[in-house]
Amino acid sequence: MDKILRVNMTDLTTKLETVPTEWAGLGGRGLTSTIVAAEVPADCHPLGPNNKLVFAPGLLTGTAAANSGRLSAGAKSPLTGGIKESNAGGTAAQMLARLGIKALIIEGLPKADKWYNLHVNKDGVTIQEETELLGKGNFAVIEDLEARLGKKTGVLTIGPAGELKMTAANISVKDPDSKIRSHGRGGLGAVMGSKKIKYISIDDAGAPGIKIADPEKFKVAARTFAKALLDHPVSGEGLPTYGTNVLVNILNEAGGLPTRNFTVGQFEAHDKISGETMHDTIVARGGKPKHGCHAGCIIQCSQVYNDKDGKYVTSGFEYETIWGLGADCCIDNLDDIARADNLMDDIGIDSIETAVMFGVAMEAGILPFGDSKEMLRLLTEEIGKGTPLGRILGGGAGSVGKAYGVTRVPVVKNQGIPAYDPRSVKGIGITYATSTMGADHTSGYTIATNILNVGGYVDPLKKDGQVELSRNLQIATAAVDSTGMCIFIAFPALDIPECLPALIDMINARFGINLTGDDVTNLGKHILKVEHQFNIEAGFTNKHDRLPEFFKTEPVAPHNAVWDFTDAEIDEFWNF
Amino acid sequence: MHITVKLFATFRNGRFKVAQQEHPDGTDCRKIVLELGLTEEEIGIILVNSRHATLDHLLQDGDTLALFPLVGGG
Ligand code: SF4
Repeated sequence: MDKILRVNMTDLTTKLETVPTEWAGLGGRGLTSTIVAAEVPADCHPLGPNNKLVFAPGLLTGTAAANSGRLSAGAKSPLTGGIKESNAGGTAAQMLARLGIKALIIEGLPKADKWYNLHVNKDGVTIQEETELLGKGNFAVIEDLEARLGKKTGVLTIGPAGELKMTAANISVKDPDSKIRSHGRGGLGAVMGSKKIKYISIDDAGAPGIKIADPEKFKVAARTFAKALLDHPVSGEGLPTYGTNVLVNILNEAGGLPTRNFTVGQFEAHDKISGETMHDTIVARGGKPKHGCHAGCIIQCSQVYNDKDGKYVTSGFEYETIWGLGADCCIDNLDDIARADNLMDDIGIDSIETAVMFGVAMEAGILPFGDSKEMLRLLTEEIGKGTPLGRILGGGAGSVGKAYGVTRVPVVKNQGIPAYDPRSVKGIGITYATSTMGADHTSGYTIATNILNVGGYVDPLKKDGQVELSRNLQIATAAVDSTGMCIFIAFPALDIPECLPALIDMINARFGINLTGDDVTNLGKHILKVEHQFNIEAGFTNKHDRLPEFFKTEPVAPHNAVWDFTDAEIDEFWNF
Repeated sequence: MHITVKLFATFRNGRFKVAQQEHPDGTDCRKIVLELGLTEEEIGIILVNSRHATLDHLLQDGDTLALFPLVGGG
C-alpha cells in the first residue's frame, strides 16, 4: 500500500500515514506542489520552521516504463520566495517508489544545534545524529555511505553550499554510477540545510514493489511508448550522440545564445565548446558519449567526460552549464568547464544559477570575462569554504547583482535566466516571465517549436502565437512532471501521435483508472493554478511576471531584437 | 554567387564543418542539400543568415546557409 512518510525535525519524530484520497491520483510535481500549497504558509520564511521539504516519485516511477525514474522535490524556495519543484534523475526515485512511498515530507527545525541524517527502509524512516560527514563534499558523502551501508544504497545529500544555506544550493542524488544528479534549481539544498539534514540514505531491500492493475495493457502501452522515444530523431539519435550540448551551435547560429552576460547572441568560440566537439573529445579520450541518469532511461543524453589522460572529470555535463560558463562567461576551454561542473556537483550548488551568476560577477569586475582559472578558484576557495565573498556568490546572480550594483542582471523572480536569449527567442521569454518557478526553461520549452522545428514552428523573432505556445507547453509540462517522466519525452510526444496516448494508457493500466487526454490537460492546468495561487499568497503580483528592464532597452545582436511584449500581452498567459 | 555552407551534428560526418561555395543565381536551399548527398527528409532545421528558412528559399550572393538534422536538448 502506498504511504506518506512524515518526519518532524522539531521533536525528532516520524510517522507513517495513509495517502489521503485527494492525493491518490497525484505524483511528482503535482503532489509536491499540492502538499506545499496545502501545508506551507505562503508567507513563511523558506528557511524557518514552517517550510516543508517534500520528495515525491512520479506516477509511473518504479515501473518498467522507459524514462520514468525522476524524483520531484518541492518547498517554498529561498531563492525565488515562491513555490518550487525541481526534479532529477538518479536512483532514489525508483527506490522510494518500490518502497511504496508516495511522498516524504520533512517539516520543522531542530531545536538543538546538531545535525542529522535520515535513513529510509521498508519499515519507515529513522532520524540519527550526524557528526562525521559534516562539511564534506557530496562525492565523499556518497563514498562513505556506500562503504558503510553498501553499494546499492540510495543517497540524497547536500554539500557545503547547502549546509551554509546558500540560496543557490542544490540537493544531490546518487546516480547508477555513484556520481551525481541534482535537484538544481531554487535553492532546495538550503531548505534541507535549514532542517539540519546532511543526507538521506535509502535501502529498498524487501520493498513490496509496484503493483500494476492491468499488466497486459501496461506492457503493450510501454512498448509503443518506448518505440516512439527511439523513433524520434531527437530522442533516438541526437540526444544520445551529442547530449543536450548539441544546442550550442544551433542557438549560436540562430543568434539566441546569450553571450558575455547577455550582451550579444553569438559566441565566437562556440565550436570549441559545442556538442560536436564534446562528442569527439569524449570518444578520443575513452569516455562514454552516452549514459543514463537512471535505470530504464533509453534516451541517455548524459555522458562521461574524461581528461587528456583518460581520467574521469564529470558526467551529466549539460548544455546549460556549458553555455553559462562558456558563452555567457566567454570561457572557451571545455576541460575547465568540465572541472567546474564537477566542483559544483561536489559543493552542491546549481550549475545554472552559478553559471549565470559568474556572468554577472564578471560584469561586476570580480573576475575578468573568460578567466576560467579564477572561476575555479572562486568555486573552491570562496564558495566551497563559505567566505563572505563566497556567500554572496553562492546566493546566485541576483545576490551578486545587488551586492555590486550591476544593472544587467538576468533573473526573473530572482532566479537566473538559462541559455536562450528571450529577445531573439520570444516564446521562451514568456515562459521565463510567467513560470511559477522563476526563470525556468524546462517549465515550457518553446525552444522546441521556436528553434528546433519540433511540434510545429513558431517564428522566434515575432510575438505572434508565443503566449499560447508557452501556455500549452507549461500545462503539458506540469502534467508530464507529475508522471516521473524525463521531460525529453516531450520531443516524441509533440511529433509522434501514438506517444502521448501510450503514456496515458500506462498510467491507466498502472492504477486501473480511465484518464483521458483532457483529464491530463486539466491536471496540468490545476497544478499551475495551485502554484500560481501559492505565489500570490506569498506576495507575488502580475508585476513579477516581467523580464528585467535591460531586455527592453538593449537590442541584442545579430538580430538587434528587443523584448517588446506589453504587460497586458504577458498577462494573457493566465487566461485559462 | 558566393555561399557559405555550414554543417552540424551528423551532417558533418564524411563532409565538412564550413565550406565556401560558388552557385549560379537562383539556387535554392534544396539544390545545395541534394548536392551534398543529403535527403530532404533528413533536414531538420535550415537557417539562412540566422533566420529559419525552407528548402524552397532562394539564396542571395553572400548568404550563409546552416543545415542541421532534427536535434534537441535543453
Ligand atoms: S534523457 Fe537524459 S535527463 Fe532524461 S532520463 Fe535520460 S539521461 Fe536523464
